[in-house]
Amino acid sequence: MKPILEIRDISKKFKIATEGQSYLNLRDSLSSLLKKANKNTEEFWALKDVSFEVNTGDSIGIIGKNGAGKSTLLKILSKITPPTKGSIISRGRIASLLEVGTGFHPELSGRENVFLNGSILGMKRTEIQKNFDAIIDFAGVEKFLDTPLKHYSSGMQLRLAFAVAAFLENEILIIDEVLAVGDAEFQKKCMGKMSDLSKTSGRTVLFVSHNMAAVKSLCNRALVLEKGTVKMIDSTENAISYYLKGDTEVLNQRIFSKQHDKKEFSLHEIAFRTKGRTSEEPLIENFPIEFITDITLKTTESNQYHLTYHLYNEMGEAMFSFSHKGSQDLRVGRNRLVCEFPAGFFNSGTYYLSLYVIENNLKSVFTENDIMSFTIIDGDRPLGAWMGREPGYIKPNFNWSHLTT
Amino acid sequence: MEFEIKQKGNFSIGFKELWEYRELFFFFTWRDIKVKYKQTSLGFLWAVIQPAVMALLFTFCLGKVISSNTELNMPYPLFAMSGLIIWNIFSSGLTNAGNSMVTNANIIKKIYFPRLIIPISSMLVSLFDFIMGFIVLIPVAIYYHAQVSLFSFLYILLSLLLASIATFGLGTLLAALNIKYRDFRYVIPFLIQAMMFATPVIYPIKITDNYLAQILLKINPMSAPIELFRAAFHDKPLDFTVVIYSTCVSLILFLCGLIYFRRTEAFFADLA
Repeated sequence: MKPILEIRDISKKFKIATEGQSYLNLRDSLSSLLKKANKNTEEFWALKDVSFEVNTGDSIGIIGKNGAGKSTLLKILSKITPPTKGSIISRGRIASLLEVGTGFHPELSGRENVFLNGSILGMKRTEIQKNFDAIIDFAGVEKFLDTPLKHYSSGMQLRLAFAVAAFLENEILIIDEVLAVGDAEFQKKCMGKMSDLSKTSGRTVLFVSHNMAAVKSLCNRALVLEKGTVKMIDSTENAISYYLKGDTEVLNQRIFSKQHDKKEFSLHEIAFRTKGRTSEEPLIENFPIEFITDITLKTTESNQYHLTYHLYNEMGEAMFSFSHKGSQDLRVGRNRLVCEFPAGFFNSGTYYLSLYVIENNLKSVFTENDIMSFTIIDGDRPLGAWMGREPGYIKPNFNWSHLTT
Repeated sequence: MEFEIKQKGNFSIGFKELWEYRELFFFFTWRDIKVKYKQTSLGFLWAVIQPAVMALLFTFCLGKVISSNTELNMPYPLFAMSGLIIWNIFSSGLTNAGNSMVTNANIIKKIYFPRLIIPISSMLVSLFDFIMGFIVLIPVAIYYHAQVSLFSFLYILLSLLLASIATFGLGTLLAALNIKYRDFRYVIPFLIQAMMFATPVIYPIKITDNYLAQILLKINPMSAPIELFRAAFHDKPLDFTVVIYSTCVSLILFLCGLIYFRRTEAFFADLA
């Protein structure tokens, strides 16, 4: 079967003003008719040769930093703005939700706004009528149907807007960061509905979000945009992990060369991996995570040395230190130590590790700060769960029980 | 179904697409009418009061002078009011349409639909106001024993068609220009005021002997609709040169507006 969307070499150029001239004005245009082109503008490519294909039923997450070109891509897909180069073949009707409640008018009643908004989104009047009760029910605003929208709370407006959009019958849905707004309960409802759309009713979804947990739970593939180009399109896990680690090349693993061959020891490798997977694969928060140190001790007295690690968060704050000492001693010769962090111990984020080799419990013979960094990504969460980031850096699972008296 | 999104394609009116979105015309027009009269206690009456009061004012100020200096085809109050309600289609239609793309910028930036719907819907609001004004005009016409014939109906329809074409032409042109150059926000009211003096709204074309003024009055795109509309209420001969000149200008404006709008609309979202 042919892909439902084929994006071929899409590029989009904007002219940006460089010297104080940010608005087009008639005087300048008239004078530039006489003179040669205006020197004050500069070209800027918001997107450059973006190509990918989307199959029916796919839900694709589009991730990237602010200014990477995500919104421009969505706008081109929604026909709001034309590409400068390239073309898109679409084999289904596209509905775009770049904003919830586009065209809502504060003076009109809830009922009137449902029809207006639905119609702007491309629904037929009969379609809206057919789904009207369901929309109102989903939004939970039965009592306020004939109240002007300006008297609605912002939460109610949002629910109503999303409810209308949820009943679109287009084959392809383009959704931009809808979840950024609204309370936890609303987000839960939205996520549930969106997952229904893509998983149950076979709709194709393109979803832009900065919320990795949401992307992870909704999408089967993800696309990383960076400075207007596609950096990778892969499974959601790999794409998120790639995106989060940013510019650093190898992560979660470091293999050492001669420089770490010292008098007392020779360090070969430090690595993090999700238990049962390789270090190349992303670390996922709700799986046990293994930490491996591969080191050869050159001394004859094995317990003369031990290793201590300090763990720092992205802010450079020390979180804790840990060591194998007291649990396992180092052996003479090759050591392959494994430390297991229980599932869910780390919160998603990037962490930095410092290594200390301690002699006789006293003296550090080797120190390397930020010897490696690793990134933990969000795991799947049950749909309907809170998709935000929990506070803090660790979220250990403790043992809980009921007191028996 | 399969379609392609690409750079600006060949020129077309996009009639098929407009037809697909026909319900949106209704919803936008309906929204604008509703919003216009929300929270007013007189509501739709305002659409009636405005032309009626203006006609009264002009009758007071100019009625005597004009009636005694030139030969009118009908009593001055009827003359002024019929002129005003047709002129209003143009003046309010142009104001609404000219600003429509800017006032709806937030929608344009977020969703696609044929852009022509916006200026056209805002002009349809003026046609609604016309109907309101027309309802008041009927008793006035009866009071002054206007000469109504079978042709009257035809004249009125033709007049409305020409008024719509003229308004559409300039309206879409200004809407497209306004989104690019906000200077036009200030040009529009000024243009409308200036044009009113060159239109036989409150005085007939023959009021002046000045050759240049005569030409201006004749090539004015709103002269034909006004003259035709008045012809529905009298049985004197109609000056066809006015109708022809004015209609030609109207059609040229229509084409200019349509072509310029369609050629630039793809970039509205980038400029808005």
